[in-house]
Amino acid sequence: MSELTYLEAIRQGIWEEMERDPAVFLLGEDIAAYGGAFKVTAGMLEQFGEDRVIDTPISESAIVGAAVGAALMGMRPVAEMQFMDFISCGFDQLVNMAAKIHYRWGARVPLVIRGPAGAGVHGGPFHSQSNEAWFVHTPGLKVVVPATAYDAKGLLKAAIRDDNPVIFFEHKFLYRRVKEEVPGEDYVVPLGKAAVRREGSDLAIITYGAMVWTALEAAEQLSKEGISAEIVDLRTLLPYDEQCVLASVRKCNKVMLLHEDTRVGGMAAELAAAITEKAFEDLDGPVVRVTAPDIPIPFSPPLEDYFLPNVQKVTEAARKLAAY
Amino acid sequence: MKRARNTSAASKSTTGRKKAPGLDPRLLERMLYYLKLTREAESRIEQVLYRQGKIVGGVYVGRGQEAIGVGSAIQLVDGDVVLPSHRDFSSFLIRGFTLRQILCNWMGRANGPTRGRDNTLHIGDVSRGVIPIISHLGDTCPVACGVAMVLKRRGQGSVAMVHFGEGTSSRGDVHEAMNLAGVMKLPVIFICNNNAYAYSTPISKQYAIKDLAVRGAAYGMPGIVADGNDVLAVHAVVAEAIARARRGLGPSFIECKTFRMAGHSAHDAAEYIPPQLFKQWEKKDPITRLEKVLLAKRLLTRKQIGQLEAEIKQQVDDAVAYAESSPLPEGSSAAEGVYCGPDCWWETSSH
Repeated sequence: MSELTYLEAIRQGIWEEMERDPAVFLLGEDIAAYGGAFKVTAGMLEQFGEDRVIDTPISESAIVGAAVGAALMGMRPVAEMQFMDFISCGFDQLVNMAAKIHYRWGARVPLVIRGPAGAGVHGGPFHSQSNEAWFVHTPGLKVVVPATAYDAKGLLKAAIRDDNPVIFFEHKFLYRRVKEEVPGEDYVVPLGKAAVRREGSDLAIITYGAMVWTALEAAEQLSKEGISAEIVDLRTLLPYDEQCVLASVRKCNKVMLLHEDTRVGGMAAELAAAITEKAFEDLDGPVVRVTAPDIPIPFSPPLEDYFLPNVQKVTEAARKLAAY
Repeated sequence: MKRARNTSAASKSTTGRKKAPGLDPRLLERMLYYLKLTREAESRIEQVLYRQGKIVGGVYVGRGQEAIGVGSAIQLVDGDVVLPSHRDFSSFLIRGFTLRQILCNWMGRANGPTRGRDNTLHIGDVSRGVIPIISHLGDTCPVACGVAMVLKRRGQGSVAMVHFGEGTSSRGDVHEAMNLAGVMKLPVIFICNNNAYAYSTPISKQYAIKDLAVRGAAYGMPGIVADGNDVLAVHAVVAEAIARARRGLGPSFIECKTFRMAGHSAHDAAEYIPPQLFKQWEKKDPITRLEKVLLAKRLLTRKQIGQLEAEIKQQVDDAVAYAESSPLPEGSSAAEGVYCGPDCWWETSSH
């Protein structure tokens, strides 16, 4: 057990899987000698050699496609997108090639596409996106969004061992801001299982990624006002833990859906639909969404602040919902 | 065949001029068999089963360009991997798929290789070294690179061979893959089936160079033009590229010039193609050309060729009858097998 940042936990997870299984290898841009734009893979070239830590040209489609080819041949590639924004350049290989192979002809495609997503670091429109919803709409993929350092390591190890293509959204705002005790030994956090981060009874806040921390801070404030909020961290968006979501809704009878992604067609929209279909009788108020507005992510700090959900936006919406 | 005019040092290391050096007569006969079987099976699919409504959806054939798949895939050995285009029917037969399996796939049967989930030649089996295309043509080129990374690491001299059309050559994935293969010296043979039309678009509207093969030089690999209607020429050029890859010298790009003697798909009458082009290319028919060689060398007689044709017709009859009598899948089976898990549907259930 030692105190690790979210980023260090990811590095440890990759490192352990590389040691455990010779089929695991890494490919991506600037990941070898440079150790990655955020240094997630620092030291791996020296430890595992250039056959297993491969720098590629700037060719996201070729990176994802090559990962598919290697996976079909029995390897377990872990490909880095330098920023998750750039997965759009590898989108076709992921959603059409990787995601549909098992369904179409039964072959296994065990691969992980991982990289930094999310805003809050003034990255502007192309280094800040939360584009997970594109992939939630793609049967055959698994979509993972860790919020804690413990989960980042355990979920990544589970993703690498999974026999399906997994896209793993690391939140760059959390990379060095989250630090916690992480076991130095082997453990996995199973995909598809949510976690209740805080027990509550007045309303449930269903969220994931960096917004888990925003929700926890908001819940702390709300508790001083006598509002008890339960926080559910989805951890995996596809497949998501419907049972856990519905249990919290049934317990609290009011629900807020919170994400950093934009609103229309986001994960919250799907959850709202599922909750009204399956727990309508348990609801004592409207299903409330707190999300980013439907705009690209602007660069200048006041504009980015406007874009991002924050503690204030969450507490304001929670008060209204609690009073409903 | 001739080499594309380019100044790449790498391209000069090949000698694409060698005339088919006394190929084993049995290999020549096998080539003729696969050429004729492919022609017969595809004709049945396009001109009979599709028109009868027994095959639905898109129907794409490689009539006139069969020599490319045959002349290249026939050289692969265990451990090699081929990623054929949708016009390389023969590659599936050569790698061990049976005609029955292939017909079952075309007819959407439960016992076909995709159990009705995908159509035409979207058929794969890693154990046979066959990885199928998706309709986003060109996507298999980066996949071939990933396959080749693994083959290279295994160090057994195996190669990946990927086929695509000249239309596909305009896609970024092809360029990303050729660049990656060049940089990493991967054992990939890129084979462009240049059949002169991308659906209705002639090559004059697809690229601004005479030979696509010059692009090999841009990615640090030999770029060679071959007569795609001469199975022996294809064989010779591909043999060199394979030998090069097996020796660890990296990828090659081969442009096989041919002509699509059909519409893009069965519904397309191809009225945009001047009729004289069909007439002109008819004279270069790859099957007739190989027959002439075999007859001239007295390896086969007309009578034996007739017998071969009868045998092939019977094989196609059998496969069609088998597929027609095979069950269609249960509609609800569509929900299975999206993910691979411990109780993997593909492994725990038969069709």
